[in-house]
Amino acid sequence: MFSGIVSRVSSLSSSSSKKAVVCTLLRSYSSTVNEASLSVTPYKLHKLDEGPNTETTLTRDDALKYYREMQVIRRMETAAGTLYKSKEIRGFCHLYSGQEACCVGIQNALTLDDAIITAYRAHGWAYMRGISVHGILAELTGRKTGCAKGKGGSMHMYAKNFYGGNGIVGAQVPLGAGIALAHQYRNDNTVCVTLYGDGAANQGQIFEAFNMSKLWDLPCIYVCENNKYGMGTAVERAAASTDYYTRGDYIPGIWIDGMDVIAVREATKFSKEYCLSGKGPLVLEVETYRYHGHSMSDPGTSYRTREEVQEVRQQRDPISSFRSRIVEANLVTEAELKDVDKDVRKEVDDAVGKAKSDPRPAITETYTHVYHNTPGYSVRGCDAFSVHASS
Amino acid sequence: MASITGLTCKTFAPISLFLRSLRKSLPKNLVRNASAFTFHPQDPDKSLGETAKMNLFQSLTNAMDIALATDQTAVIFGEDVAFGGVFRCTVGLADKYGKDRVFNTPLCEQGIVGFGIGMASVGATAIAEIQFADYIYPAYDQIVNEAAKFRYRSGNQFNVGGLTVRSPWGAVGHGALYHSQSPEAAFASCPGLKVVIPRGPTQAKGLLLSCIRDRNPCIYFEPKVLYRAAVEEVPVQDYMIPLSQAEVILEGNDITLVGWGTQVHVLWEVAELAKEKLGVSCELIDLQTILPWDEETVVKSVQKTGRLLIAHEAPLTGGFAAEIASTIQEQCFLHLECPIQRVCGWDTPFPHIFEPFYLPDKWRCLEAIRKAVNY
Repeated sequence: MFSGIVSRVSSLSSSSSKKAVVCTLLRSYSSTVNEASLSVTPYKLHKLDEGPNTETTLTRDDALKYYREMQVIRRMETAAGTLYKSKEIRGFCHLYSGQEACCVGIQNALTLDDAIITAYRAHGWAYMRGISVHGILAELTGRKTGCAKGKGGSMHMYAKNFYGGNGIVGAQVPLGAGIALAHQYRNDNTVCVTLYGDGAANQGQIFEAFNMSKLWDLPCIYVCENNKYGMGTAVERAAASTDYYTRGDYIPGIWIDGMDVIAVREATKFSKEYCLSGKGPLVLEVETYRYHGHSMSDPGTSYRTREEVQEVRQQRDPISSFRSRIVEANLVTEAELKDVDKDVRKEVDDAVGKAKSDPRPAITETYTHVYHNTPGYSVRGCDAFSVHASS
Repeated sequence: MASITGLTCKTFAPISLFLRSLRKSLPKNLVRNASAFTFHPQDPDKSLGETAKMNLFQSLTNAMDIALATDQTAVIFGEDVAFGGVFRCTVGLADKYGKDRVFNTPLCEQGIVGFGIGMASVGATAIAEIQFADYIYPAYDQIVNEAAKFRYRSGNQFNVGGLTVRSPWGAVGHGALYHSQSPEAAFASCPGLKVVIPRGPTQAKGLLLSCIRDRNPCIYFEPKVLYRAAVEEVPVQDYMIPLSQAEVILEGNDITLVGWGTQVHVLWEVAELAKEKLGVSCELIDLQTILPWDEETVVKSVQKTGRLLIAHEAPLTGGFAAEIASTIQEQCFLHLECPIQRVCGWDTPFPHIFEPFYLPDKWRCLEAIRKAVNY
């Protein structure tokens, strides 16, 4: 699957990161190269004459960056699962493990000026849009320091040009079309990436959004993160056509191997250029897999076998496959990746500690942000004696 | 503002020390996330024969089992219902009645209800599940504009009486914004619909069978916190409980308490507390059917007690308590001894971590009773 890696020996590695330079001096990674060319899993195209590049180059810095980002998300989600089981996290909690290459690949072809809107499986996306692991985990545990002040929880995380985290299946998709129109109107050379799952792909409002965005040729990249199961229902039992990249009908589309971070990156690059050239929207299908159940209350094994999950983990895991690829291409060494793993572990562990001990939001936060400048009023507390005034 | 507890601790050092040591012995992360309530099981109705121990979801499965067995046109569909549904209400039914009668749909609420309306308009019995009441809004248009009006607009040539939409409803302790809502009032202004909410297994079975067999489209909300928590001896035979009839659970003289679903159990405890702490005798009414509601039972009760408290989880403003209050002030104006009390969720989205603060818990209800009797 990841064949065709050809290392191109260029100058010796000189990472821009200070830490990596230090490592290089200490350990002398003379064997690594600064850049390697590689081919990605071929795309499938719908109503497109030409697709994204299947041959590309990957720099050493990017290799380390993508690896780290995917590892942080994996580790963070494992931590979130543990926090949920120990009842530190309330609300509903949908983990992203297995799908890391999607958000890492897409975001690395965009800037933070491009907009993103996604559904409830939002933790990985929140991280890629600049929210710290601490900001995410503290949101999950309902702390003041959470990225939505502890008021949103698992499904609701936001940052600049990151429109969240939406709880209702498919509801975010028409919003994405609107966001794209606003960007087009501003003429700021940005796109809106509108994500939804294979389950949401069957919601009617998706097709309303498709029609509007093609009618007005909006710079909107629709991305169906197909993780094969809409809750407990396998795609083929819920969709008359599981070729999600063709389901925009009159909107061209691309199928992408969502376990290949570079394929995702290249396709997103292509899509952004395509949209900004005025040709209108695209529908991408990023085929991926989720390791955990739909949410924490779903063990994830009643509608698929353990063997199936195990097989994906062993053969198609986006992180371990990328890891062996970049090591094989001499972009990085195993020892460097081990350092990254160690560093990531510490970052996540620290964040877990804070997310468990940070203060909770003041009770008055219950009734702030209901309206613009919510007028001040008092609410009696849980006992008969305390009164809380809104600030 | 100094709290009473704070003052007590300062004044009585030994007590304060005792409290502190007590707190130390508790786990650090102990947070009360759900408002406490005690489930009050219903005594089995002997006239209905043999009973079996069932929790709420089992009694619903039992009701649907009977519906499928007694009506060859009945089908059940919704997201994940074929393997039992997320709350296990349809476990075993697909195996027993076949995939053509109990089947999964894609995730498309508007489509699910529209599909059910189509089926019912031909005369079939369509039992649709919307996975959470919070997800019913994409189907709102179909329910309000199609289901509720089909009979009226066709001059009774067509109807969708065979449609029942079931949906888990209400607070569950940790559901946050989109797994906790109680949207009954949103459907209460749709003439043509019936809206029903049970409080326990026995009642749930009889009411669901009534909804399924009623010749009007019904919205049936199931308090999800009770699915497992509520266990009763449920009659195994086929029986129905009439719609639009409230049940007087406790008889009393000083104040009428009206609730439905989980809140009935909160009010039950409140009635006991009020008797014990305030010497107030409460009459407790479970409304059961929100639309069309049993005005007569409530009016009769308030004419006797002169006071009324209505409590529900949905936000205060525009909640169904407002409709009841408005009717009662009109019908019972000269009997009322005090303003009608509404104890409801606050006018905020359902909060992520402030659920116990948001909910109309027993203390808030008790305080409202005190206020009412002292008026």
